[in-house]
Amino acid sequence: MPKVTWKLAGGREIAGEVATGLNLMEAAVANNVPDVVGECGGCLSCATCHVYVDEAWHAKTGGPGEIEDGMLEATPAPRQTTSRLSCQITATAELDGLVLHVPVE
Amino acid sequence: MTGNVIIGGGQAAQALIGRLRKLGYPDPITLIADEPVVPYQRPPLSKAYLTGELSVDRLLLRPQSWYGEQNVTLRLGTRAEAIDRAAKQVRLSNGESIPYSKLALTTGSLPRLLPEAIGGRLGGVYAMRTLDDADRMARELMPGKRVLVIGGGYIGLEGAAVCAKKGLTVTVIELADRILQRVAAPETSDFFRAVHRAHGVDIHESTGLTRLIGENGRVVGAELSDGSRLDIDFAIIGIGIVPDDRLARAAGLTIDNGIAVDAFCQSSDPDIFAAGDCASFPYEGERIRLESVGNAIDQGETAAANMLGQVTEYRAKPWFWSDQYDVKLQIAGLNRGYDATVVRPGKREGCQSVWYFRAERLIAVDAMNDAGSFALSRRMIEAGKTLPKAIAADPAANLKEWM
Repeated sequence: MPKVTWKLAGGREIAGEVATGLNLMEAAVANNVPDVVGECGGCLSCATCHVYVDEAWHAKTGGPGEIEDGMLEATPAPRQTTSRLSCQITATAELDGLVLHVPVE
Repeated sequence: MTGNVIIGGGQAAQALIGRLRKLGYPDPITLIADEPVVPYQRPPLSKAYLTGELSVDRLLLRPQSWYGEQNVTLRLGTRAEAIDRAAKQVRLSNGESIPYSKLALTTGSLPRLLPEAIGGRLGGVYAMRTLDDADRMARELMPGKRVLVIGGGYIGLEGAAVCAKKGLTVTVIELADRILQRVAAPETSDFFRAVHRAHGVDIHESTGLTRLIGENGRVVGAELSDGSRLDIDFAIIGIGIVPDDRLARAAGLTIDNGIAVDAFCQSSDPDIFAAGDCASFPYEGERIRLESVGNAIDQGETAAANMLGQVTEYRAKPWFWSDQYDVKLQIAGLNRGYDATVVRPGKREGCQSVWYFRAERLIAVDAMNDAGSFALSRRMIEAGKTLPKAIAADPAANLKEWM
């Protein structure tokens, strides 16, 4: 199972093993990561699971799709080049070690 | 030891429990819910869960183990029969009484049903509210079956979309002169009518149900207000929901379109709070009720803070969504009382947004496959900002300048 680390704005880190196939919003909720809410359940409607992918991992996660890109137009925390909605990233073996930065929204 | 008690196990309950603990509430919490499962997401029941794309474990808002970790006693599959306000106790269906220090009612809403006299209790007639409803209805979703959807609101249309995708023959009837009449402008109705017709759904507007016809206790047909008769295999009822205020009403709490609460989620009894679909609250000079996930979460969390004595006002930020076929609809704001609309074309065919104005102020937006317009307008509406109609309608205009 890939390991994912969430780095919170205050400096705290939460790490967890994530079942392959789960999306990283669900994984964050399961690991009690604050500020990743997942209000819409992962159907790309709410943007409450906004994260910044660590620079080192950005190439592996790739960029947002069309609707996700629209959602990132006006997130409460400013958009950066590595912004993603974590419900749209699926845990795979290739993402073992992934680091996500969680903005305060 | 007496602690806080919550009746009703939906989204608002889970949010409320999470916030009580986050704020450091140390005492035991008891959750009483008549459904046999821990709180789960309801919206996918008429969408991804019904199509089989989302499994039941992924519906749960938190795994069952979370409640143990949070020191929450679960009384699932248990109905609260009455609230004894004088003794500060809840009486359960098994005769047991549970004392509370503060009580929260997150009882949600109940689907409006068809009267028994016109076939509302026949087999094969489904409401879409609970996991059980969805599981029972899922067994009907076989290609070639004929379904009648009664009510062209969002729930009915979502059900119609799932059935059409699965290869069923789908008819929708709507009593009003257009689908979505109570919730959206004609432009949005037109958009969804075209999408459904393109998927082969037969939509009859200005058409009511006279009665459902049963054989051996099961629905086999429907008589419509235009005199026609339709042979069907099952029916979906999507004619709205009513707040579940039964316990509160019997306990003598003030009821006004649901359980009346003040801006602090407090009912007419200072020890009893309410949040979510079941609660009506003050909003811009009137009293409203919101049927949405966002409201259930935010109001649940606000209720939790107030239950702990933190005086926190609830400021609703209404937003909604619906998924039908490959159309993602997102709604920002509340369009009630709108006096003008403009359509903003999207980046490509099948993408557009409808902007609602009241007295020249932007109040709401329906965005169809146009998440950018939704995200921008939502922030504008929440911040109390507006823009001229001509700008909203101009696809070349940069909306970020108006944020």
